[in-house]
Amino acid sequence: MAGGVGPHLTTHRLTITPKGHDPRVENVLQNARDLGLDGLRSVEIADIYFLSGTLNQADRDGIQWILVDPLLQTGSWDQYTNSKGDHVVESMFHPGVTDPVATELQRLAGTAGIEVVATTGKRFALIGEIERSDVDRLASSVLANPIIEQWSIDSFASPLQFPNPDGQRPLAEEIDLSLATTDEDLIALNVERGLALDIGELRAIRDYFDKNARSPTDVELETLAQTWSEHCAHKTFRAKISTDDGVERDSLIDTLRRSTDDIAAPFVVSAFVGNAGIISFTPGRTLAVKCETHNHPSAIEPFGGANTGIGGVIRDILGAAHSPIACTNILCFGPLSLSAAEVPAGVFHPRRVQAGVIDGIADYGNKIGLPTVAGAVLYDNGYTANPLVYAGCIGSANYAMGATYVESKPSVGDRIIVLGGKTGRDGLRGATFSSMTMDATTGDVAGASVQIGDPITEKLLCDVLLQGRSTYTAITDCGAGGLSSAIGEMAQDLGAKVDLTNLPMKYPGLAPWEVWLSEAQERMVVAVKEVEALAALCDEHDVSYTDVGIFTGDKRLVVRCDGNIVLDLDIDFLHHGRPQRQLVAVMPKPNRSASPTFSAMLTNIDPLEHLLRLVAHPNISSKESVIHRYDHEIRGTTVVRPLVGAESDGHGDGVVLAEPTDQHGIAIGIGVNPWFGLVDPQRMAAAVVDEAIRNVVAVGADPSKVALLDNFSWGDPTRSTTLGELVAAVDGCVQAARAFNAPFVSGKDSLNNEFHGSDGERHAVPPTLVITAIAHVPDVALTVTSDLKLADNVLMLIGATKNEFGGSHLSMIYDAFGTGAVPEFDPGSAERFRKMHAAIQQGLVISCHDCSEGGQAVALAEMAIGGRLGVKCEPTESFGDNKLNVDLFSESLSRFVIEVTPENVSKIARLFSDASRVIGRVTSEPMFVLPNGSQVPISELRSHWQGTAK
Amino acid sequence: MKPRALVISAPGTNRDADAMFALQLAGASASAMSIKQLIASPNHIDNSQIIVIPGGFSYADALGAGRLFAHDLIGVISDALNRAIALGRPIIGICNGFQTLVRAGILPGGADRVALGHNDGGTFDCRWVRMEAVSQRCIWTRSLTSEIECPIAHGEGKFICEPNMYAKLVDNDQVALRYLSPNPNGSMGAVAGICDETGLVLGLMPHPENHVLARQHPQFHRGVSGNLGLSLFAQGVAYVNN
Repeated sequence: MAGGVGPHLTTHRLTITPKGHDPRVENVLQNARDLGLDGLRSVEIADIYFLSGTLNQADRDGIQWILVDPLLQTGSWDQYTNSKGDHVVESMFHPGVTDPVATELQRLAGTAGIEVVATTGKRFALIGEIERSDVDRLASSVLANPIIEQWSIDSFASPLQFPNPDGQRPLAEEIDLSLATTDEDLIALNVERGLALDIGELRAIRDYFDKNARSPTDVELETLAQTWSEHCAHKTFRAKISTDDGVERDSLIDTLRRSTDDIAAPFVVSAFVGNAGIISFTPGRTLAVKCETHNHPSAIEPFGGANTGIGGVIRDILGAAHSPIACTNILCFGPLSLSAAEVPAGVFHPRRVQAGVIDGIADYGNKIGLPTVAGAVLYDNGYTANPLVYAGCIGSANYAMGATYVESKPSVGDRIIVLGGKTGRDGLRGATFSSMTMDATTGDVAGASVQIGDPITEKLLCDVLLQGRSTYTAITDCGAGGLSSAIGEMAQDLGAKVDLTNLPMKYPGLAPWEVWLSEAQERMVVAVKEVEALAALCDEHDVSYTDVGIFTGDKRLVVRCDGNIVLDLDIDFLHHGRPQRQLVAVMPKPNRSASPTFSAMLTNIDPLEHLLRLVAHPNISSKESVIHRYDHEIRGTTVVRPLVGAESDGHGDGVVLAEPTDQHGIAIGIGVNPWFGLVDPQRMAAAVVDEAIRNVVAVGADPSKVALLDNFSWGDPTRSTTLGELVAAVDGCVQAARAFNAPFVSGKDSLNNEFHGSDGERHAVPPTLVITAIAHVPDVALTVTSDLKLADNVLMLIGATKNEFGGSHLSMIYDAFGTGAVPEFDPGSAERFRKMHAAIQQGLVISCHDCSEGGQAVALAEMAIGGRLGVKCEPTESFGDNKLNVDLFSESLSRFVIEVTPENVSKIARLFSDASRVIGRVTSEPMFVLPNGSQVPISELRSHWQGTAK
Repeated sequence: MKPRALVISAPGTNRDADAMFALQLAGASASAMSIKQLIASPNHIDNSQIIVIPGGFSYADALGAGRLFAHDLIGVISDALNRAIALGRPIIGICNGFQTLVRAGILPGGADRVALGHNDGGTFDCRWVRMEAVSQRCIWTRSLTSEIECPIAHGEGKFICEPNMYAKLVDNDQVALRYLSPNPNGSMGAVAGICDETGLVLGLMPHPENHVLARQHPQFHRGVSGNLGLSLFAQGVAYVNN
C-alpha cells in the first residue's frame, strides 16, 4: 500500500498518546491471536493528526488545547524520531473517506481564521517477535481496512492529495450499443461495467435506444442498472414463478400483499408503499416501521456498513415524515471460536466483524440519540463469509384533531431540493454491488461501495425535517442508487428536470454518473413549493440546502451537468420497461416425521448436562455485553427492557416503549431461526412469525393489534432449489400471518448472500427470515417480564409439547443436526395467544417467558436466573422413555412458561383447559431442580449462561 | 411564577428533550436554545434562573468529549455564565454537559484540573447505577435525604484528577455524588458528580432526567421504583423558589 513519503514542508503532525491503560490494546492483541500471530506481545496506539497549512506556535497551542487533555494524554508535534516497537504501522483514511474528526478539526481551525486540510490516522508500535510478512497481514486484517485506509510500515505516513485536485469534472461518456449486436456483446458490457443485469434486461435497454436512434450515456446506463437492480427492483419477489410440482404462482410480493389485503386490519394505514409501513393503534398518532439489511457493506467494512445501515433505516422513517423513536438490530456472525485456518481468504475473522458491527451500531444509535432496544445475535458457520446485519427503526407522528397520515406526493412545479451531507464517491454502485455474489476480491473491487456515517449531520437533518414538516410536499431518502433512485422514484408519475452542476461536493473530479449515483450518506430529497422557509430553517441548523431542479409533468427524466444533457429518459421506460422475470423453483421436500434414531438417543441424554451446555451455547447465552453497548434509556420511554430481573441481567422477550405521558405503549418482538430454515424453510417461516408475536404477547401486547415486517436474507435465487426454499418460506409466513390476523406492512429482501471462496465452493447463508412484530400495549402498567418474582408461586406451561427436534439446539449440541421434524405451526395458537393476553390483563400472570431455542428447560432457567430464585420442576414418572427430554428440550411453537400465585392456578387451568399444565414451583432456595431430581445452584446455571463458568 | 430554566444545546446534543421534561415535572418552565442562537443573543442566559447543559455527543465528540462545546462556552458565553453564577443561579451539566463544563474550566471552578477519561471497560456503557449525595456545599444535593437511581450512558465518564486536587475537592465538600458499588467506569473515589466552589454548578455523569417516573425503573415489574432522579431537579427548582 502507500509507501512512507517524507513529511511535506507545510504538514504539521500532532501525535497523541493516551496516559495509563489503553483498552484498545487488548482488542488488537485478541485480533492478532485470531490471526494466529501469537508473537505480538504488546502494542502502543497513538492518534495522529495531520494539518496541512500554515500554523504558527499560537495556532498549534490552540489546537493542542482542544485535542490534548494533559491529565489523559500527551501530545507532541512533528515527532519523526522515536521508533518504539519492533515494527511500526501508521494508518490513515484514503482521501475522500468520510472522517468527521478531520471535518471538525478543519471547522475549528476555520473559526480561528486558520485554513488547513486535516487528515487523521493511527500509529501502532508493535512489540514482540513478529515477521515483516506478518506485519503486512496484521495491518491489512486488524490495524486497518484496505477498503478505507492506507498504511505504511516502519516509516512515517504522510497524507495523500486527491488524484484530481484541479477540480475538472469529466464529461459523460457515450456507450456505443450499436456495436453490441449479439447477446455475447451485451454480456461482455454487463461484466465490464458491473451492471448485474440479465440478458432480457440488456436486450430491453438496447432496443429502447435503437428505437430512439442513439446510444446511451454512461449516466443513463448506470441509472437503468441501478433502477433495475435486484436491490431496488426486487426482481425475484416480483417474478412469475413456476414450481417443479407444476404450479404457476403469483409473485412472492403479491402473495405477501394479498395476505395483508385479506386480513384488512383497521390499524394499517399504508402497507408496502414508500419508505416504511404506516400503522395507527391510537387516534391522533401513526407509527412508521421499517427494517433493512446492510449485509454486503458490513462484510467488507463492518463498522461503516453497520453504521450506515442504522443511518439508512432512520432516513427511511424520516422519508415517511415520522419522528424516529427507537432502533432495533439483528446480527448474524460466524462462530467467534474459529481458528485462523478456518476463515476463508479475503474474509475478516468473525470476532473482528462482530466488534466492528457492534461499534458501528452503537456509534450511530447512541450519537443520534435513539434507544436501541430490541435485537438478537446469532452465530453459525454459514455467516462467516456473509455476516448479516438487519437494522430497524420505528417512528411516530402526531396529528391535530381529525387529521391523519397522508402519503406525500410531489406535484408539477415543485422544486427538487437536496438536503444534508455532501456528495462524494461513497457507495458507488452499492445497489448493483449488493445484487452480486461476493468473492475473495470483492473488497478490492468494491472499495467505492463503502459508506461511513455521520450521525450528527443526520441528527441536524432530522431536526430540520421535523420542524419544517409543513414546508415540503414530498420527501424521500437517498439510499441505494443515491439521487438517481430518490429523484427517479419521486418523479415517476411526473417527470423531472435536474441540474447536478451546483451540488456541493466532498472533493472535485467526480464524473456526472458518479454524482448522480453517489450513495453519500445523510442526504434527503424533498419537493418544495415555497422554498424560503425551508432554506431559512436549513441555515439556522447548518444543514446544506441545494435546489437541483423541478418536477415537470412531461414524464421525462432529464439530467444536466455543466451545461450538457447527460440523461434523457422516458420515465415509464425507466420504471416499467424492465421485462418481468420468469423463474423456476424446485420446492424443498423436508422430512416431517420424528427421527427414530434421534428419539432413541433422547432416552440416553442426561438432562442436567445438556441444560448446562444449552445455556452456554452462543445462540442462547446472555447477550448482556452487547446490550450494554447501546443506549436503551434515552427518551425515557423504555418500560420493558431487553435485560430484566432482580439484577437487570435476565433475558427479556419483547421490549415495551411508551411515551412518558402515555398509559398505552408499543411492544417490539423479533422472530428468527435459520436452523429451522436449513431443515424446513416453510415451517421455519411460520415458526418465526409465531415467535415474534409470542414475544410481544409475553410482555402484555394485544395479539389482535400486531403488524409485521418481513426481511429475507437468502442465497442466489437463480438456483432453483434456493428459490424453492424462498417460495416455501413466503408460504409459511403468510400461513402464520393469516392465522394471527397480523398483516405484513413492509418488507425487504436481500438475495445473493453467497460467497465464492478461494476453495471454489459456494457459501450461501442459511435461509434467514427475520420477522419484527410491532404490537399495541393497551396499558403499560399491566406489562409483564420473564424473571421469577416470588417463592411458592406455581409455574405452568401453556401450549403443547411434541417430539419436534428438527433444527433444534439440542440436536445441534448432540451432533445430530437435521434429524427430525421442524416444529409445526398450530393455527389454534391464535386463540391461545388471545387467552394469554386476557390472563395478563386480569393480572393473573406474575411472570411470563416464551419457549424458544432450548425449549422449556432453557426458558425456566432464564426465568430463575432473572429472578435469582429457585425452580423445582414437578417430578416425572416417565423414566425409561424419551418423554422427559422431549418435555424439557423440544422447541415446539406457541408455548409460554408462566408464574402464577397458587390461588390462581385453577383460573388459568379453566381459561386454557387442556393447553395448560403445572410444571413446577418457585423456591426461595436458589436451586434448579429438574424433573428427574438432578439439580444445580442458580449461580452455577448463571455462570454457564453468562460465559463466566470455569 | 415558575423558575425559568434554559437548556443549551450544541449540534449532537440529544438528551435536551429528556432534561426539559424533567425540569417541567420538577416545577420549572423550560425552554431550549442552541449555542448558535445564544451566540447571537446571550442575554437569554441573563433571563434564565436555571441553566442546563444536557447530555449527548456535542460535535460528535469528534475531538474529545465536550471539547468543542467547551470551546464555544469559553469563547462566547462564559461572561454570561459567570454573571449567572454571581447572581446565585444554579447550573447543571449532565454527562456531555459535565464533560463540557470540566473542559471549559467552570468545574471544578477556575484552572484546577480534573478530567473525564475513557471508562475502564473501554466502551460506551449503558446501565443503571445508584449514587449517594455527599455534599452540603452543592445546592443540588444538600437536601437530598436518599440515594438516587438512574442510568449512565457514556464512554468517557471516568473521573480523574491529581491526588492533591482530589483531597482539595473532598476538603472543600465539592464531591457532590458518589456511585454506590459497583463503580461503573473506574472513577477515582467512585465520584459521579462534583460541584464548583459556590455550590451552584453541578456536573454529573449519570442521567437523573431518565428516572422521573416510577415506571422508568428497571425493577418496576418487581414492585421496586427506587428513588427518582427527579428529586435532583426538584432541589434546583426549590433553591430558586427560596
